[in-house]
Amino acid sequence: MTEIADKFVLYFQYPFVQYALIVGVLIALCSSLLGVTLVLKRFSFIGDGLSHVAFGAMAIAAAMNLTNNFLLVLPVTIICAILLLRTGQNAKIKGDAAIAMISVGTLAIGYLIMNVFSKSSNLAGDVCTTLFGSTSILTLTMTEVWLCVILSVLVIGVFLLFYHKIFAVTFDEDFSTATGVKAKVYNLILAVVIAVVIVLAMNLVGALLISALVIFPALSAMRVFKSFKAVTVCSLIVSVVCAALGLLISIIAGTPVGSTIVAVDIAGFFIFSMAGFITTKGLMRRG
Amino acid sequence: MPQLTCQNLTLGYEGKTVVSDLSFVVNTGDYLCIVGENGSGKSTLMRAILKLKTPTSGQIVPSDGLTPNDIGYLPQQTVIQKDFPASVREVVRSGCLNRCGLRPMYNRAEKQMAEDNMQKLGVAPLARRCYRELSGGQQQRILLARALCAAQKILLLDEPVAGLDPKATADMYELIAKLNKDGITIIMISHDVAASVKFASHILHIGRQSALFVGTKEDYLKSDAGRVYAGAGGEK
Repeated sequence: MTEIADKFVLYFQYPFVQYALIVGVLIALCSSLLGVTLVLKRFSFIGDGLSHVAFGAMAIAAAMNLTNNFLLVLPVTIICAILLLRTGQNAKIKGDAAIAMISVGTLAIGYLIMNVFSKSSNLAGDVCTTLFGSTSILTLTMTEVWLCVILSVLVIGVFLLFYHKIFAVTFDEDFSTATGVKAKVYNLILAVVIAVVIVLAMNLVGALLISALVIFPALSAMRVFKSFKAVTVCSLIVSVVCAALGLLISIIAGTPVGSTIVAVDIAGFFIFSMAGFITTKGLMRRG
Repeated sequence: MPQLTCQNLTLGYEGKTVVSDLSFVVNTGDYLCIVGENGSGKSTLMRAILKLKTPTSGQIVPSDGLTPNDIGYLPQQTVIQKDFPASVREVVRSGCLNRCGLRPMYNRAEKQMAEDNMQKLGVAPLARRCYRELSGGQQQRILLARALCAAQKILLLDEPVAGLDPKATADMYELIAKLNKDGITIIMISHDVAASVKFASHILHIGRQSALFVGTKEDYLKSDAGRVYAGAGGEK
């Protein structure tokens, strides 16, 4: 036991471990805030779709030799998020089909561009790294950490500021619009925030595992809690705890960061499912 | 006193006309029931009144100091709401949102208003319960309380008794009649012609594309459309 403790103390002296922990916790926090809304809006897969868009944009940035690919990836992802969320119910191509189309399309184009223009000899490795996340969270620079902190603060600020509006628009968009709440504006804000969070999260867990980060904490919280506020707070805590735990385990055990975090999230989901099952059963017996 | 005037209203989707050349007036304190077959455009008309849909031609003119924020809405339940984790209090309070503007939190008056409306509709004891776990009748009362938080002058109800059992249906109709007596104008879409004739003061019967009848309940029962549709279910 003391051996592991010693190892922790040793690792925590390295700035890259500190950076990873800060960024990891912030991203977990942001994605869980939006996860509840996305799952309820039946947009669970938007995380996956947008992460593929970001992958495609990253491939283009890599081909163009952009040093800071954030500048290209963020705007492209935001535009796609707006397009997806704006089409709404009256679109000719419905929500799930639109997400699938954008997701598969950008993935293919991204890979194609990487294949044609890449100067790297290890193409499969590059793709794998972009999709599954890698040690990139362990090689963060001070600038990236600050960028992440600033964006996270913005996301949290927007969420707190529009918390009640997000609730109302998610619960009943027609009612909100009919009674004079600008549902379209809030959907747009939500789309932008979602895009920002997903681009952020790609650094931590990679494109393919972002959906897990968005969905699992929200679903876990919904097993047990019954009000929007409780579910939001709970999914936030679950997400942060799982991310920190997964990160520490992956550092100690030398496992891939992204998949370890998701594995911890899955474990959390099972624990909450059990808890939910027991509490509902208890209630039924009493009532 | 006219509160809402529809003039030569034509509504449609993608070039297909659903309702054409519809004109009617809703006065303050009226209880108007919109009846008609499936696909006759009842819901489209309601969406137009709520400004969720722009009419192809014609217009809906508010008067008597009516602003868009004075119209409350009881929509049909959506799929999303079936598994939405929300407490009753959260749902009712969300009706106050159109007063908030950019203010992020509800103020004391709005919170009090939500409590009062829950009291009024008899759902105050459920305030902390989860919305999705309640019965259909209770859910409708909660959404009605939310609509009352949003607006105090006109309520638009889209088939408020759909899927309710007979007891809950009767309770719901009583409740709506009581709100109407308190001075709130009611516009209701209904399939239930018998109940419409029993409670409403005015009937709008939409047929294929055009209005078959607009007027008071008494005249409706004497009209051709009324005799055919209300027939057995009308005044006994």
